Amino acid sequence: MSPWQFLADLTNPDLAFLPKALTIAVLSAIMCGVVGCYVVLRGMAFIGDAVAHAVFPGLAIAFLFSGSLVLGGTIAGIVTALLVTVFAQNRRLKEDSVIGIFFVAAFALGIVIISRAPGYAGSLQQFLFGSITGIPDRDLYVVGGTTIAVLLTVFLLHKEFVAVTLDREMARALGLRVFWLDLMLYVLVTLAVVMAVQTIGNILVLALLVTPAATARLLTDRLPAMMALAPAIGAGCALIGLYLSWSWDLPVGGTIVLTLTGAFLLAHLLAPRHGLVARLAT
Amino acid sequence: MTAALQMTGVAADLGGRPVLRDVDLRLDAGEFTALLGPNGAGKTTLMRAALGLVPLRGGTVSTGSAGYVPQRHEFTWDFPASVQDAVLSGLVRRIGLFRRPKVAHWQSVWAALDQVKLGDLRKRPVGELSGGQRQRVLVARALVLEPSVLLLDEPFTGLDMPAQETLTDLFTEIARERAVLMATHDLTAAAYTCDRLILLNRTVIAAGPPADLKDPEIWMRTFDVGPGSHLLKALDLVGA
Ligand SMILES: Nc1ncnc2c1ncn2[C@@H]1O[C@H](COP(=O)(O)OP(=O)(O)O)[C@@H](O)[C@H]1O
Ligand SMILES: [Mg+2]
Repeated sequence: MSPWQFLADLTNPDLAFLPKALTIAVLSAIMCGVVGCYVVLRGMAFIGDAVAHAVFPGLAIAFLFSGSLVLGGTIAGIVTALLVTVFAQNRRLKEDSVIGIFFVAAFALGIVIISRAPGYAGSLQQFLFGSITGIPDRDLYVVGGTTIAVLLTVFLLHKEFVAVTLDREMARALGLRVFWLDLMLYVLVTLAVVMAVQTIGNILVLALLVTPAATARLLTDRLPAMMALAPAIGAGCALIGLYLSWSWDLPVGGTIVLTLTGAFLLAHLLAPRHGLVARLAT
Repeated sequence: MTAALQMTGVAADLGGRPVLRDVDLRLDAGEFTALLGPNGAGKTTLMRAALGLVPLRGGTVSTGSAGYVPQRHEFTWDFPASVQDAVLSGLVRRIGLFRRPKVAHWQSVWAALDQVKLGDLRKRPVGELSGGQRQRVLVARALVLEPSVLLLDEPFTGLDMPAQETLTDLFTEIARERAVLMATHDLTAAAYTCDRLILLNRTVIAAGPPADLKDPEIWMRTFDVGPGSHLLKALDLVGA
């Protein structure tokens, strides 16, 4: 399918779900790209994974009672973020195993809950791998508002987040409230993940958080540049991925993630200073 | 003159176990003091107590302001930041919540970098520095707040001799206008370069100028060694 045909479909009133899905995919890719920079730099990809797993029971309950999926996921995700923050402060606990046990259990709970819903196999597949249909109009406003809130928070707390990421011990010595900054960051991760879960799916959302930021890191040594590149890469790949998935009738989450992976590999080869090509040439 | 750092009867526990007891010390501007003691003596805890990072069991700490170069390197050296960004992070509280750095803040960053002789490298990514240069970035980050006392926790770990000597000269220079307290295991260098030594093992065993600490017994008590120890010979406290 040509890009023109795609554009025509996007404006076709019979296919109103398509521009909605695109908007949500692009906005959540922007959020995930920005927040993902901290996730990658702090080496806390496991947080994204934990949150993605743990929002599942919230989504399942909302689905079962025909409530708002976004709301259900957000509540479950924020409870998770709180638990992770409390666990992560205590350095004596092996945080990744505690979190691993706890959040796989949450995921299992979600599966058990959703099995009570009629037509459960179909809805399970939607949750796990994402879908572009059935998004209510209301979600557009929720995702739009959340994007603004997340970006504004990152902008306002930028230097505090940088200080804590650079050196926790020093941040504490300077009198920063490390616990609250951690919690705030995990809440931002949660919001970004929850907004992305519907289109990308539960299992693949981690890629949206990590891959654009990791790709941007390969391309620059400056944080402001990284935080501009990552959402641009994420949004671009969301657009291209949705286009490819629409033209060839491929699952949307999988196609977006593979597009992101392609961008990452390309950056790995071609990055200006640290890429494979640059290193071989010198 | 008020002390740059004064601790009186300080006691501190970690994990329910007593670590420091009855610590009294006073540091003044213009003094380069070494903090000596075996591993586990409580050197790091003493510094963290001075910074208010460890709750006190008893006693008082008073300090104008303290700059800190931690031993545990939690610094993320692969972070995409330049040298001047890293030093600016020391000002995060002074700049204030929701505010951006102003020209004056950058000027104090540059002044601190000049002082540690990294003025030429201020735009370099922190990941591309040598071990000695990294340590100087951390010193500049502590200096940028113009502290009355600079606390250095084992700053020579993993550095070669030339880097150690450059740093020692730098610390001596800083100690002209501030108080500097340095935890170190290099006893002979400390006795040679520092104005005062503090021997610590859970409490202050002895303190004073190196020339006044010639009694082998206090060293034996601090480091828990016998009269035949190499340590005493290296310090020239007993005949070889
Ligand atoms: N988090 C902790 N919990 C319990 N005990 C600790 C902790 N950290 C250090 N300690 C103990 O406190 C004592 C002093 O440690 P420290 O101040 O690091 O000594 P130093 O810096 O002189 O090597 C040691 O015996 C150590 O075992
Ligand atoms: Mg120590």
